[in-house]
Amino acid sequence: MLEITVNDITHQLDVEPDTPLLWVVRDELKLKGTKFGCGIAQCGACTVHLDGTPIRSCITPIASVNGRSITTIEGINGQADPLHPGALHSVQQAWIEEQVPQCGYCQSGQIMSAVALLNKIPVPNDDDIDKAMSGNVCRCGMYSRIRKAIKSASTQFAKEKAIDSNAADASLKSSGSEESNHG
Amino acid sequence: MGKWTRRAFLTTGALVGGGLIVGVAIRPGHRTPKLASLVERSGETLINAWVKILPDNSITVIVPHAEMGQGVHTVLPMMLADEMDADWSTVSMEQAPVHDEYASNDIVREVALPTQVPGIVEDTLKGTFLKIAQSMSLQITGGSFSVRGTGTWSMRVAGAAARELLIDAAAEQWQVPANEIRVEKSVLYHDKSNRSDQFIAFAKAAAGKQGPSKPKLKTPEQFNIMGQHVERFDIPSKVDGTAVFGVDVELPGMKYACVKCAPVFGSMVLSIDSSAAKVMAGVVKIVDLGTGVGVIADSYWQAKKALDKVNVTYSESKANRVSSEAIFEQFGKSMDDAIANKNEEDDHKVGDARGVLAKAKNIVEAEYRVPHLAHSTMEPMNCTAWSHNDRLEIWAGLQNPLGVRNTLAEQFDFEPENVVINNVYLGGGFGRRAMDDYPIQGAKLALAVPGVPVKMIWSREEDTQQDFYRPAIMSRFKASLDDNGMPDAWENQFVDKHEPAEAPTIPYAVANQYIHYINSPSHIRFGPWRSVDHTQHAFFTESFIDELAAKAGKDPYQYRYDLLSNELRVRHVLETAAKMANWGKAMPHGWGQGIALQRSFNTIVAEVVDVDMSNGKPRVDKVYCAADPGYAMSTDGFKAQMESGIIYGLTAALYGEINIKDGAVVESNFHNYKMLRMNESPGIEIEIINSDDTSLGGGGEPGTPPIAPALSNAIFAITGNRIRSLPISKYL
Repeated sequence: MLEITVNDITHQLDVEPDTPLLWVVRDELKLKGTKFGCGIAQCGACTVHLDGTPIRSCITPIASVNGRSITTIEGINGQADPLHPGALHSVQQAWIEEQVPQCGYCQSGQIMSAVALLNKIPVPNDDDIDKAMSGNVCRCGMYSRIRKAIKSASTQFAKEKAIDSNAADASLKSSGSEESNHG
Repeated sequence: MGKWTRRAFLTTGALVGGGLIVGVAIRPGHRTPKLASLVERSGETLINAWVKILPDNSITVIVPHAEMGQGVHTVLPMMLADEMDADWSTVSMEQAPVHDEYASNDIVREVALPTQVPGIVEDTLKGTFLKIAQSMSLQITGGSFSVRGTGTWSMRVAGAAARELLIDAAAEQWQVPANEIRVEKSVLYHDKSNRSDQFIAFAKAAAGKQGPSKPKLKTPEQFNIMGQHVERFDIPSKVDGTAVFGVDVELPGMKYACVKCAPVFGSMVLSIDSSAAKVMAGVVKIVDLGTGVGVIADSYWQAKKALDKVNVTYSESKANRVSSEAIFEQFGKSMDDAIANKNEEDDHKVGDARGVLAKAKNIVEAEYRVPHLAHSTMEPMNCTAWSHNDRLEIWAGLQNPLGVRNTLAEQFDFEPENVVINNVYLGGGFGRRAMDDYPIQGAKLALAVPGVPVKMIWSREEDTQQDFYRPAIMSRFKASLDDNGMPDAWENQFVDKHEPAEAPTIPYAVANQYIHYINSPSHIRFGPWRSVDHTQHAFFTESFIDELAAKAGKDPYQYRYDLLSNELRVRHVLETAAKMANWGKAMPHGWGQGIALQRSFNTIVAEVVDVDMSNGKPRVDKVYCAADPGYAMSTDGFKAQMESGIIYGLTAALYGEINIKDGAVVESNFHNYKMLRMNESPGIEIEIINSDDTSLGGGGEPGTPPIAPALSNAIFAITGNRIRSLPISKYL
């Protein structure tokens, strides 16, 4: 029996150990947002996070991630704002604002790569974007829009982080001092 | 009620629950009530075959086309809602059921009558062609036709008619002249008597009314929604993973299937050795598909692993010895023979090109070729099928669902109404999903295990090697230049000819033209590939005109400009692109510009590229694209289509090549069939020219054709190296 945690829920799995994580997520856990594109880690449609790092789930045998924590597109939104779980992640929001998807099939993977990029480099330059995103193919060719959306999400992301840390500071202070409790 | 007359265009009827139904009666008989049962639910009011008013006064537009990213699920509702003066914030869409009544008659009409039909509603014609469409089993999404066909002929007419019907009903109830009533955001107003009420208030009253025979459509200055930037309906579900594509369909008790077909097209299964596979874990059944084999198992992975262990022997033929080189050799021989034997098929003839060429002093000749290309949609072909209770039910992303329904009914001996097609989002189409091979396979697998739903998913390798390819073709040009360096004769012989017919023609004023072809078929199956024949011919003709400019020692932009004196609309597009790009600007060493244009699907597109060759390889820095579709109904949607078409065409220009060896496709996956990626993606600037709202062009395809010649012309400008074969990465 194998065990993985996906989007904060732990699952016991009875599947062949060489089964790629992609098919476990899609067909055992019924999380269909992660897509099959090539099966050989060439297109990025299957991108998920393994303990926060983007990986290609189509070539990742389930046994190799036994006991580990996975995040899929379905679990990404809670990261945006812990106070509003379920709200869209700022990257997803930017994707809507820039009207990024066409057919949309690659976009879960694109968004997972973009979120991982911004977690690592909150304000990426064009080279950072090229490096982080060139493993994800978009056959509808929406690269310009993806680039724009990442930049706009980056601005938003930075704001949210600032608010979060301010809020954290404020709550720390408020618990320790009455003076900071000024609403 | 609903009595058909020769001039009647719209019919009406009452619905259970007191609602209104208005039908687009495009042939004798009163069909709309039948459609109501397909698209109407309790409490809803169907205004006509394309629109429903819900009890809360919101509007649902019924769209008969598949969404594959082109935005059709949003732009068609925009067109209807604008004519109806509906409140856009309350408009939603629903995909039409796969049904004869939603057949794409407008596509057939253009095929049969390529010239413009005067008048917005040609009742008799429409009726006639709907019948043809039905007999040809079309409910097609393709040909860049959804907006200019369904949008103009169905959506706008239906919206305007619905508006008129509601006004008539209000006029009667309020006892005021209809022309004193105005409509704004789904509310009718009579200002003089200070009365107003919502659409829904008049739905029932309008039920008994005969529809107007020629509803009056808006002109652009009256548009409130058309021509605006509107957010697409399908996008939110495509950023949170909830959009359902074919591959995501889930049915209770479903099994999974993987298939592999004969690598050489035309080969058939001789024998199948499944001894090793059938004992593997989870394997349910191994199915002989005739042209290949399928394995049904409890999981996808089990099916895939078992398929790898199945050994199949296929029949062989002379096709097994065919290579790409042999195909081009055959083309060359067919072309030589056609001239020697005088059996050229005339395509376009003006003046006496051969006569002029025979006497000409300044002649330019060149041979061009392009390879086969695969579509490579991001979502590999797949189909879920379920045979149960004398029914065959299909879930798949289809560009031609009605055609698939009828094919399956015929091939597997079902009544058409017992074949149920559920069309879902397409993870890319580009023409590939207009084919019916994968639903046929899906049906064969399901019929092998009656009662059990089966989801078949192709591997990327299967998807690459079992495509219907953009055909490899070849063109031979001969032109003569007059004393001013301008062309006075243009001969173009090519192989093969498909659709659209006008693809090889040029907009340039050349007095003597002879365009002819010979068909030279190979065993490689072909299909429509984004912009169909335009991608090949635009590369040929726009490169060759560039060669003529070079030979004449003239600027390639100015040369085209001068030759467009009879095509002012085209000239304006060319000029716009050149201005956007600041044509002729100073650039760093190793940089240069190229220009090309093509009119396809009634949209004119000119593209200029800024290319950096300073490190020996082309890097496209920027693409400037001017496009005249007559009128862009959704500005951002149209721009997105241009961007997409450019990247699709650039991928093909730089890397796209399907090679044939021993009769089979060599390329298999993205490592050897390369895609353009983020790090190679140029900046793109687009300018829309709305020059004529009465003559709409398409959006999905016209962005693609000019990019390859624009790029190769830029490479010539920088290096003097003329690219006459694609892909560029191979021949540079």
